[in-house]
Amino acid sequence: MGSLLFNFFALLTVICAVGVVVNKNAVNAAMCFLLSLVGVAGLFVLLDAYLLAFVLLLVYAGAVVALFLFIIMLLDVQSGGKAKLRGITAGAAAISAAVLALGVLTIVRAPQTETALAEVEPVGASLKLYAYQLFTTYLLPVQIMGFLLLIAMLGVIVISKKIEAREDVK
Amino acid sequence: MIEPTLNNYVLISAVLFAIGFFGVLLRRNTLMIFMGLELMLVASTLGLVAFSRFNGVPDGNVFVFFILTVAAAEVAVGLAIIVALFRKRGTVQVDELNALKN
Repeated sequence: MGSLLFNFFALLTVICAVGVVVNKNAVNAAMCFLLSLVGVAGLFVLLDAYLLAFVLLLVYAGAVVALFLFIIMLLDVQSGGKAKLRGITAGAAAISAAVLALGVLTIVRAPQTETALAEVEPVGASLKLYAYQLFTTYLLPVQIMGFLLLIAMLGVIVISKKIEAREDVK
Repeated sequence: MIEPTLNNYVLISAVLFAIGFFGVLLRRNTLMIFMGLELMLVASTLGLVAFSRFNGVPDGNVFVFFILTVAAAEVAVGLAIIVALFRKRGTVQVDELNALKN
């Protein structure tokens, strides 16, 4: 059962990710991205990280993809043409593809880990543990994240306000 | 049927990362490049969750929270920059954004 669901979600994730990359239409690409995220959230559920699956869907599907769609419609982006392939580019691409294939093959061929999911206690399943970790070991990173979000919010306001103010001056 | 092992999850994570990287290199539209970046971030979170689950430690799961926070902040700032760029230059194609050349 777990294997069947894993195969389904893994295929959904990878196929939709390919759809994001090769799709000419930006809106279709964003929709493929959404489906790919659903697949990743399903994989999270299979890994007993229920909260993370929920948060991933909430943050990515709810906020990030919606924001992307807003900007796509706002800018009315045209589909970018194909890049011209030059000799040095093609060579670099071939070399990096070979290295990447080598890395993936290493992962596939590596000796299978003995641990099965049933042997290990699912630590990510309990909400209490997240709260404990976030408020003890990772208290400083949490504070820094809050500060980062504040800075990002201020930055976005400044970036989107500045040009309008300049146009007013003109 | 055998249960999926850590290798399977890491493989999916690596493939997802590679696809995202491919998208960053292939596309000529800044928005699409940005989407490829997001794909790479999601791939890294999948790897973290898988390692955390198979090793029985919660730290990887907690890191995913931070990655999600950084990704949300990054998307907000990045899209604001893209909109500002579009207002200034009237295009978001990377081929035409060469003001710093020459």
